[in-house]
Amino acid sequence: MNQTGPKETWASRLGVILAVMGSAVGLGNFLRFPGLAAQYDGGAFMIPYFIALLLLGLPIAWVEWAMGRYGGARGYNSSPGIYRAIWKHRAAPYAGVLAMVIPVVIYMYYVYIEAWCLAYACRYLFDAWEKFGNDPAQYREYFRQFAGVYGNGQALSTEGEGLLGSGIFFLIICFVANFVLIYRGLTKGIEWFCKWAMPALIVCALIVLVRVLTLGTPDPAKPDQNVLNGLGYMWNPNTPRIGFWESLSNPQMWLEAAGQIFFSLSVGFGIIITYASYLRRNDDIALSSLTAVSGNEFCEVALGGLIAVPAAFVFLGPEVLQQLNSTFELGFVTLPNVFGQMYGGHLVGFLFFFLLFLAAITSSLSMLQPAIALLEEGLGLGRKASVALLGFITAVGSAFVVYFSENLLALDTLDFWIGTFAIYLLATFQVVLFGWILGIERGMEELRRGAEIRVPSFVKYIIKYVSPLYLLVIFGFWCYREFFDPEKAVRLRQIRENLIVQLSVGLIVIVTILFFLLIAQSVKRWRAAELRQQEKTP
Amino acid sequence: MTVGGWIVMILSVGGVTLLLGWCVYKVVTTPGSTEHLHSQADIETPDVREE
Repeated sequence: MNQTGPKETWASRLGVILAVMGSAVGLGNFLRFPGLAAQYDGGAFMIPYFIALLLLGLPIAWVEWAMGRYGGARGYNSSPGIYRAIWKHRAAPYAGVLAMVIPVVIYMYYVYIEAWCLAYACRYLFDAWEKFGNDPAQYREYFRQFAGVYGNGQALSTEGEGLLGSGIFFLIICFVANFVLIYRGLTKGIEWFCKWAMPALIVCALIVLVRVLTLGTPDPAKPDQNVLNGLGYMWNPNTPRIGFWESLSNPQMWLEAAGQIFFSLSVGFGIIITYASYLRRNDDIALSSLTAVSGNEFCEVALGGLIAVPAAFVFLGPEVLQQLNSTFELGFVTLPNVFGQMYGGHLVGFLFFFLLFLAAITSSLSMLQPAIALLEEGLGLGRKASVALLGFITAVGSAFVVYFSENLLALDTLDFWIGTFAIYLLATFQVVLFGWILGIERGMEELRRGAEIRVPSFVKYIIKYVSPLYLLVIFGFWCYREFFDPEKAVRLRQIRENLIVQLSVGLIVIVTILFFLLIAQSVKRWRAAELRQQEKTP
Repeated sequence: MTVGGWIVMILSVGGVTLLLGWCVYKVVTTPGSTEHLHSQADIETPDVREE
């Protein structure tokens, strides 16, 4: 933890803000959010998005920080252990299987998208974008070939592009970089990055934003594809394709809006709860998490929301926005067009993708800590052995995502079932655990201890009643549509009909069984330790 | 861009910017914030020191 010197300065306080913001900002802000907003017609999507932020994101972030610190004070750092400390029931630690599976599976595809960012940055470094000129179709085509959208196994290399077009090459670099940092535990380096590179990323994004807002109508032959209509596509509540109320009646949109809030805030991941367990008894958690949430939302809504979707509308047209294979795709097919139309676009393009790559690394490094904590305290493994074991598991998963690249279906399937659905389930479990099992009064006492802001009393009613009810109602509507409305059911139909989706779900099941067994073994060790403790006590 | 679009955009962007501004104000005016505020980035897990 941060052991500060005796003298506080404005710079050191700003450093705290940047460190808090830096750890919250990642690929979800600049790539996933615009993709989802485009998929669900912008303005209408923002309604469930902000409701989810206020009723789920912020309250459950507080819940996770408070439960983590509570569990840490009782000697547990892993989610299964913390749940066991809170809920004296045999099933409690097994609920933690989600908190293991979610970050590990997300890591499998997150690190691949990290690799795309690094590859795109390197293309700017070696002037490899020059040949595409100002033709938006070429940038889109390149991404599709690079990511292997046209067939399985095609992401391994791109014809005529050498190493620069090899997704697997950049994935290996990212994998090695991540594991060296995790293996050696270079926390201070990450903190340093957050304080210095994060402002640079925000400045870069602001420069890009100014350019997007001044694009006007780049192609006079297509006068409708102008920046004002692009902003309209992102923010108008009604679109020509679908009405406002029709949009809002889609439970999938509400589920995905909540999922995006959880994904970008790292809530319902099992990550915050683990890190919070290392805090001291009187450290602040209320203002820390509110600052992280606000910094994250600023980057997501004010920067991410104003850049990628309007730019994609201007360069590619509204039809393309409806045909994305993955929510992560939008930034990669759109932003090179913007940089191509900028003075100094090469430098800005390189900095933007490279800083985004570094921001993604700060997020991915934390993703394995929940599983490391379980392996250490449950199985007695050392940090390095834990990292090596997780390195093997995630390498197999990442290879799966890279190989089954057709229409990015493996990535999209893992992203929905783990990056949205499983996070949703874990967040629901955690809010019920806090509000009903730990007890809302005890929980609020934990949250308020050491708080640098006053947490209003109404928050306890939101956590106890509103958040669980909201989560359950949306889940109920979503299940109803998937099970009883075959016309609109998408995800379950995919599982029945598509082999890649079946294999992806199979991968999730295997990882789940593995962690289930590890938790069972951990429970045995915890019980044995407790028995020994009881025998020692006179 | 419709009037509704302008309203949604101004409320969304303005709302998150104001929230961030308020948080920054609170952090820089709170004595002891550098000691008491934490993020994942500055939390050093004990196992790193052990090996």
